[in-house]
Amino acid sequence: MTMPYYVAPEQVMKDRAEYAQKGIARGRSLVAALYGSGVLIVADNPSRTLHKISEIYDRVAFAGAGRYNEFDQLRVAGVRHADTKGFAYSREDVDARSLANLYAQFLGQVFTHEMKPLEVEILVAELDAYDDDHQLYHIAYDGTVVDEVDFTVLGGDSTTINDRLSSSYRRGWPLAEAVRNCVAALAGPDRSFEPADLEAAVLEHGSGRRAFRRLSNEDLAELMAPPAAGTPSVSPKEETDVSAQTGEAPTPAPSAGAAGDEAEPPEEPPAVPEADGL
Amino acid sequence: MCKRVVNETGAIAFAAMSLPLFPTGGDPGPNFLDLLRRSAALESTGGLPARVPTSSAGSLGRASGGAAESGRQQMTAVPHGTTIVALRFAGGVVVVGDRRATEGYSIAHRGIEKVFPADHFSAVGIAGAAGPAVDMVRLFQTQLEHYEKVEGLTLSLEGKANQLAQMVRANLPMAMEGLAVVPLFAGYDTRRKVGRIFSYDVAGGRYEELEYHATGSGGRDARTTVKLGYRDGMSVDEAVELAVKALYQAADEDSATGGPDPLRGIYPVVAIVDEDGYRRLPDDEVAESFSTLLGSLERVRRGEPS
Repeated sequence: MTMPYYVAPEQVMKDRAEYAQKGIARGRSLVAALYGSGVLIVADNPSRTLHKISEIYDRVAFAGAGRYNEFDQLRVAGVRHADTKGFAYSREDVDARSLANLYAQFLGQVFTHEMKPLEVEILVAELDAYDDDHQLYHIAYDGTVVDEVDFTVLGGDSTTINDRLSSSYRRGWPLAEAVRNCVAALAGPDRSFEPADLEAAVLEHGSGRRAFRRLSNEDLAELMAPPAAGTPSVSPKEETDVSAQTGEAPTPAPSAGAAGDEAEPPEEPPAVPEADGL
Repeated sequence: MCKRVVNETGAIAFAAMSLPLFPTGGDPGPNFLDLLRRSAALESTGGLPARVPTSSAGSLGRASGGAAESGRQQMTAVPHGTTIVALRFAGGVVVVGDRRATEGYSIAHRGIEKVFPADHFSAVGIAGAAGPAVDMVRLFQTQLEHYEKVEGLTLSLEGKANQLAQMVRANLPMAMEGLAVVPLFAGYDTRRKVGRIFSYDVAGGRYEELEYHATGSGGRDARTTVKLGYRDGMSVDEAVELAVKALYQAADEDSATGGPDPLRGIYPVVAIVDEDGYRRLPDDEVAESFSTLLGSLERVRRGEPS
């Protein structure tokens, strides 16, 4: 008869956490950030059909990093939960917070009770129906929920990307600027992304009941185009704004901690002329 | 390894009852109806409150509510208080529906809507008992969107039509009690680039109409009017004009079909589905096409050339 070895619970949890972190670190990252008129999610994902970002409900979006089959299962469960709830009560009763809590409970349950934790990190984003109080819930593999302000990063290289994005983030920036900076933060100094390497979507007002919209390669190409080139889609107002920013770029550089090796405009400009250019 | 994980997480879902997760064998897939049935089975252990659609029919709806209590005979006297007209034009379909709901011989509601977007590229019009009909539409809309989100693809137009046929068939026991629902489904087939129309019978039979169709108690009158004016390859405006005319004639002959109501500003719903998707004409445009119609009818009466 064999007796099981005693393993301290701290050790068990540590091992599981390490296992999950390793799995997640192998995956590609994604970034979600608020912008002038909604929520932008950009993922490093060359696949056109296997999505990391998806629609859950009218104003709720989902994004997952880590193991595809595991977060996709969670995505489908979220769609089911939301559709059932919206059908049983009303469409406006479906919210991101309760879904985030369900995910957290489930992930926590699996993390403590199962052999193998889920190697995923997920995001539940909600567009505020009436105001600019949009929500980003970041749920980790062990069920920890963080109600993020402004932006969040999921997946492997999250701390570095987080540092890069925090130096460039500006509240209320227009979509094009948000896309450029999120992509730059995802890419880092050594890589550069083409639209085909990325998957992106927004939750925005003005597109009817369903606020979720995928950005096509063409949309992305247009949004990622450098502002100095004066793309015809950019309004003259925004152009002046951006040029003011780049003109400012050389002076305040030393204050940024991890910056310096980036091609980013480092600090937010003191005066924000317009909040929603796009 | 992966398979085991799915099984384990599925088992947990049953134990924890928090997220609607299912074991591999019992997964409802993209079918919302099946999901409702399965989560209703789970509900006994404390899951989400979900209604099983077959038993929910008739739970709401003013038009049929009063009738349902007063027995079967009364209910059979409340047939299709509606006219829905759908007709094809060059780039899509037009669906028009009146706004009246009746309870026996009296008017229950003047402003009820009977034409709805089923999804971005299709419309559904309903005739029959208002309660189960509105419920069916809600379920149908949810089903189409649910499929789209779970699968990441939209159903084909024919797939949508078949889904609706299944729902009509599931309502057959209620139909035998007098709460029949007869929808009319029309949409733009994005793969074939044409508008298509599907009609139904009470038993869930599904028939594709190649030119036009009208359903409800005024359907016959509406069909006659459309028949006299229909030709292939009409423009949107011509199609709207003809559909509005058909609805007017139906309201003229059928007591359960409402015509335009300029006093209250209530006009029939005119929906257009084409390659840009579903859109409803604003009321002032509908009002304008009715006044044009009345003007031309008046000229005909006076013997002037219309």
